[in-house]
Amino acid sequence: MSTPETKEAHTEGHGDISVGVSGAGASGDGSASATRITPGNALRPEDIALQVSRGTAKPSEDAAEFALRLGDDALVLAQRLGHWISRAPELEEDVALGNIALDQLGHARSFLSYAGGLNGKSEDDLAYFRGEEEFRSLELFEQPNGDFAVTIARQFVVSYYQFELYRRLTESTDSTLAGIAAKAVKEVDYHRDHSAQWVLRLALGTDESRQRIIHGFKVIWPYVDELFRDDELTGRLAESGAGVEPSSLRADFDRLTGEVLAEAELEVPQVPAAGGGGRQGKHSEHLGYLLAEMQVLARQFPGASW
Amino acid sequence: MSPHGNPEAPASSAAEVATEAAKVPAGPATPAAAAAEAKAEATDRNVWPIWEVFVRSSRGLSHVHAGSLHAPDAAMALRNARDLYTRRNEGVSIWVVPADAIASSDPDAKGAFFESPQGKDYRHATYYTKSEGVKHL
Repeated sequence: MSTPETKEAHTEGHGDISVGVSGAGASGDGSASATRITPGNALRPEDIALQVSRGTAKPSEDAAEFALRLGDDALVLAQRLGHWISRAPELEEDVALGNIALDQLGHARSFLSYAGGLNGKSEDDLAYFRGEEEFRSLELFEQPNGDFAVTIARQFVVSYYQFELYRRLTESTDSTLAGIAAKAVKEVDYHRDHSAQWVLRLALGTDESRQRIIHGFKVIWPYVDELFRDDELTGRLAESGAGVEPSSLRADFDRLTGEVLAEAELEVPQVPAAGGGGRQGKHSEHLGYLLAEMQVLARQFPGASW
Repeated sequence: MSPHGNPEAPASSAAEVATEAAKVPAGPATPAAAAAEAKAEATDRNVWPIWEVFVRSSRGLSHVHAGSLHAPDAAMALRNARDLYTRRNEGVSIWVVPADAIASSDPDAKGAFFESPQGKDYRHATYYTKSEGVKHL
């Protein structure tokens, strides 16, 4: 850390510049180098695990179940997106999808760390040592990657849904849920942008790309309905102010996705809704394989670390 | 040279600027090479063009060349740059420039092109003695 200090000493005398630098220190960054890095300042999964272990944050039974649901959604999607590493159309897109996967993994870790606080379980206990029927993720998130267009269609739906959800959760009466949502909503906002850009380019690109994105939405859309289904838990949470009714997100979701789809000259696919049941642990045939791959190492070598 | 470089301590930012500038691809050296490049581009339309990325680490500083990337258009180039070059809080602002829009000096012409300023100490503030009683110097 001696280099930045030396630099600051050198720039003394160029009054306004050095003032500008130290004054801009929202992220503690004050160097001219493009490669200078800072860890930044935000709520991390480790902070939540620490709060939980110290007992300063303990979820109610309902809040824990709600966190488990959202954590499982994010975890399953992160695992799906991670599969694109080294397989995307270009190296740059590889990194973009990997970044989104890591964002989702971060949200999953936060939610699961909090959910585990109810009965002393760690994020790893919940991620690696639960069976398929114990997962609470919705069917949309476990849908196979398909081609790039299917992945983009799935990501488009997910990020517009998550944005509306997290945006509202920032006002949750449960301060931990509100904190996780406040960090997540900014990242998900970028996911919206990324997928919307690709929807436009695929839809308005070549005949081939247009057919692919039309097919992608057709494959994904049956799972949209389940995102917005209320149940007793969400009813109780909405009443206490800790959570929201999923159905209340639908109007904004339809409006905002509709704007992008209209610009892309695409129509909302007219397809029947899938049965769903993910919140009760009833999943499509895809989740079992996904979990087998995700959990094999931790189960084969319990306690392994590297 | 560095806009705020201190001639007495040129090691810090001035050197950085110099090396960063050297990383910018020189572009086709001759008209023949340029024509060959254009032809290759026209025949292989599946390859995304290259963009040069400049990142500004905080307000009040200049954008610094960070590297290059592939992207189908400017909007996606900005997003790819965000994903590739600001993963560790490196920046608050990004510029992307089509690589072929950059004209660069000929790397082989170093001597003639950059010889003139050598030895002209009087172009540096340190050449002059400080007048007595002048404040804020």
